[in-house]
Amino acid sequence: MAKKPVTFILNGSERAAFAEEGLNLLEFLRRGIGDLSPKYGCGQGTCGACTVIIDGETHLSCLTMAVAIEGRKVETASGLANGKVHPLQEAFMEHFAAQCGYCTPGMLMSAKVLLDRNPAPTRADVIEAISGNLCRCTGYEPIIDAILATANMRRLA
Amino acid sequence: MRVESYATLAEAARAMGPDAVFMAGGTLVMRDVNAGTSASRIVRSADPVLTEIRSTGDGVSIGAGVTMAQALANRDLAFLSSVARSVGGPQVRNMATIGGNIFAHHPYGDFAVALLALGARVVLAGQGAAKPLEDVLRERGRSSTSPIIAAIEVPRPRDPRAFAFAKISRIKPKGVSVMSIAAHLPREGGRIRGARIAFGAMGPTPLRATAAERVLEGQSLDAATIARAAQLACDGLDPPTDALASAWYRREVAGTHLKRLLEKMERG
Repeated sequence: MAKKPVTFILNGSERAAFAEEGLNLLEFLRRGIGDLSPKYGCGQGTCGACTVIIDGETHLSCLTMAVAIEGRKVETASGLANGKVHPLQEAFMEHFAAQCGYCTPGMLMSAKVLLDRNPAPTRADVIEAISGNLCRCTGYEPIIDAILATANMRRLA
Repeated sequence: MRVESYATLAEAARAMGPDAVFMAGGTLVMRDVNAGTSASRIVRSADPVLTEIRSTGDGVSIGAGVTMAQALANRDLAFLSSVARSVGGPQVRNMATIGGNIFAHHPYGDFAVALLALGARVVLAGQGAAKPLEDVLRERGRSSTSPIIAAIEVPRPRDPRAFAFAKISRIKPKGVSVMSIAAHLPREGGRIRGARIAFGAMGPTPLRATAAERVLEGQSLDAATIARAAQLACDGLDPPTDALASAWYRREVAGTHLKRLLEKMERG
């Protein structure tokens, strides 16, 4: 397979690396770039563990071709903390929203896009926003609580 | 495997062949790529016509590359919003395209079910007149070279209440469909004229329930007519057995789900 150069913005910094044609963005980020925050779950678009934000929208990195992100803005969970942990990360810890932690980076990406667009989501909005992310540990309730608590905290701040 | 990108759809259409697959949103093709089972050439195109949504006289022309999320955000496609919302989770809706849905095998492909009930026509890249969606679905997988869909022309229901859609899944809020049903029942003077009912996951592609349509044609939507249509829901359909449900189960419940959908339409 031929390799192609891919230049893109990852969590605010320009990055460039070679990607094999057909390589998915998840493998490209993990092996090519060294960002291990997006996780490989199913490789079929079912579990959401590989969720990243591309140009402000959540995408499944395992179903995105690496060469297709040329010139685009990609955000991953590793870019959330800025000197200190992000309020969503703080709330996930506070509410025990992570057990094994494998779904957490994807959950955080879905939650971030939700709160960026809708600062006062209802419980139903949160459930819908994370409906593409599977969690096999928590039963979802602590995750929903953590996201709602983050929204409440921000409104009070 | 090779990835080929073309500026225009016409060039992409010429590049297709038995060894090639066209990739739009990637939710179907990349699964095969990841599994190592994809075609040896992947054809892509960033042609802007793919993402156009144009209101025509009595309908809407939707570029095949329009995503479910884009369809949801478009006011001209409000009559399809419940269908677009039923597809996948947010991430899938940001990626999956209307054109791609026509190639999706069950348990996916719910949007195509709605398009079939609405009598949509399909514009193929590099080919002249639009074809009925039924023809494209019938030919799906039969010819060695798959066509590229440029746009889908969807007639807008004159009365939005004449169209209804239901996706039956075991998991809420997001679960693949055991089956999906779409019904378009336009009425003239209280009588149904041009009834179209389509089922997903009741055969190899989305299919029309022609026996139920015949029962409804020319009738008003009353309890007796609904009961007769429900009884004939599976007539001529050959539901599959898969991990989600057996053929027997699908046959058992299809009539009940159709009945519920029609009753909901009757209540308005």
